[in-house]
Amino acid sequence: MSSAVSCARLVIGRDLRLAFRNRTQLLHPLLFFAIVTTLFPLALTPEPSQLRDVAPAVLWVGALLASLLAIEFLFREDAQDGTLEQYALSGRSLTWLLFAKTVSHWLLSGLPLALMSPIVAYGLAVSPAAMPGIAASVALGTIALSLLGAISAALTLGIRRGGALLSLLTLPLAVPLLIFGAQATARAIEGASLVAPMYFLAACAVLGLTLAPLAAAAAVRISLE
Amino acid sequence: MDWTWFHRFGSPPHLYGLAGRLTPWFAWPSAFLIAAGLYGGLVLAPADYQQGDGFRVIYVHAPSAWLSLMAYTWMAVAAAIGLVWRMKAAHAAAASCAPLGAWFTVAALCTGMLWGKPMWGTYWVWDPRLTSELVLLFLYLGYMGLRSAIEDPQRADRASAVLAIVGVINVPIVRYSVEWWNSIHQAPSVMKFGKPSISWPMLTPLLIMFVGFTLLFVALLLVRLRGEILRRERHARWVAEVVAG
Repeated sequence: MSSAVSCARLVIGRDLRLAFRNRTQLLHPLLFFAIVTTLFPLALTPEPSQLRDVAPAVLWVGALLASLLAIEFLFREDAQDGTLEQYALSGRSLTWLLFAKTVSHWLLSGLPLALMSPIVAYGLAVSPAAMPGIAASVALGTIALSLLGAISAALTLGIRRGGALLSLLTLPLAVPLLIFGAQATARAIEGASLVAPMYFLAACAVLGLTLAPLAAAAAVRISLE
Repeated sequence: MDWTWFHRFGSPPHLYGLAGRLTPWFAWPSAFLIAAGLYGGLVLAPADYQQGDGFRVIYVHAPSAWLSLMAYTWMAVAAAIGLVWRMKAAHAAAASCAPLGAWFTVAALCTGMLWGKPMWGTYWVWDPRLTSELVLLFLYLGYMGLRSAIEDPQRADRASAVLAIVGVINVPIVRYSVEWWNSIHQAPSVMKFGKPSISWPMLTPLLIMFVGFTLLFVALLLVRLRGEILRRERHARWVAEVVAG
């Protein structure tokens, strides 16, 4: 047990260290999120009341696309330099190692997006009282999204120009997250209780936590054959 | 228990012959039932007191929608069998299910839109059923896209099998989340008739159409499966013998 924990810690530590050595790649999804959400007031109207109405949709579609951008790089480099192969051959559970990789991916993409979402929401004329709810819903939603994305990323490993395919595979399955996430955000903006949609997001995250690493490991094994 | 009957399905020549022999047993009853169902639905059944003759779209629409979901389930089951028992024939069956299911989904969407125009006044509303059907179409397209993007056929089989299984777990979640989403956004104001307690003269042709469409699906699946087996085994000697006749 303890060896499994230390093993996961090593994987996460390695991923975080690699990411911080190459900080610009970390920033790209965040910049994308900021730019996409900036386009909406320009295309729509600077009128605060209207912006507030579309804020949940803009936030969630932006966050979804930004994390999709990040998911493309979840396994790519490790597959290219053979790290994934070593993971598969290490005798450790590949499911567990990929789970650890997904955790580090969430720490590097989902969590920053969640921390950034209040700033973006402020730009969309959302009142500061709604910010904790928004950040929490984005944090919870991106957990499930990272897990879902891990499956698609593993399936599209080694496919040339797999980016478009990755979105085709991930987005239909992410529909529930978008619905519940936007619902939670809308309720946070109205000042209503977020409990119901947050439970749904949490349920999706738990389902993902239990099943997604298994599917991702199976997919990685297939791509390594 | 003797499992040889099961493993014989894994043999492509055996399955090819079996599918060929079975096809007429599904195709003819299906043709008969669909003809009978269409006659019953379009001629014998009375017009709906609210929707007039417009409701008759249901005789094509509902069976298509049912098959769009059933084909996905069959595809996932075949994919799981292929993954677990490493059975190439099961992967071939899953591969043949996908385009059929996608076309039934398109049929359900198109007939739904044609039905929506006179009833709702527009071809498209974000009705939960239409929306989840559209998402289902995207799932099929993703499956076929993944299959065609991977060059190695065995890898394509196994990777798309994983996707089919992930998808089949997700379909109910998508379905219910979409329903939940819509129930919050808008109450059914355009079209409001309670559970239509459908009368027997209307229901009987519908049930006949359900059975007829299901048999049609099986017949088409068998034909596609034969084609898929021939394509995959094109370098095998038995295929040369079959083609030479």
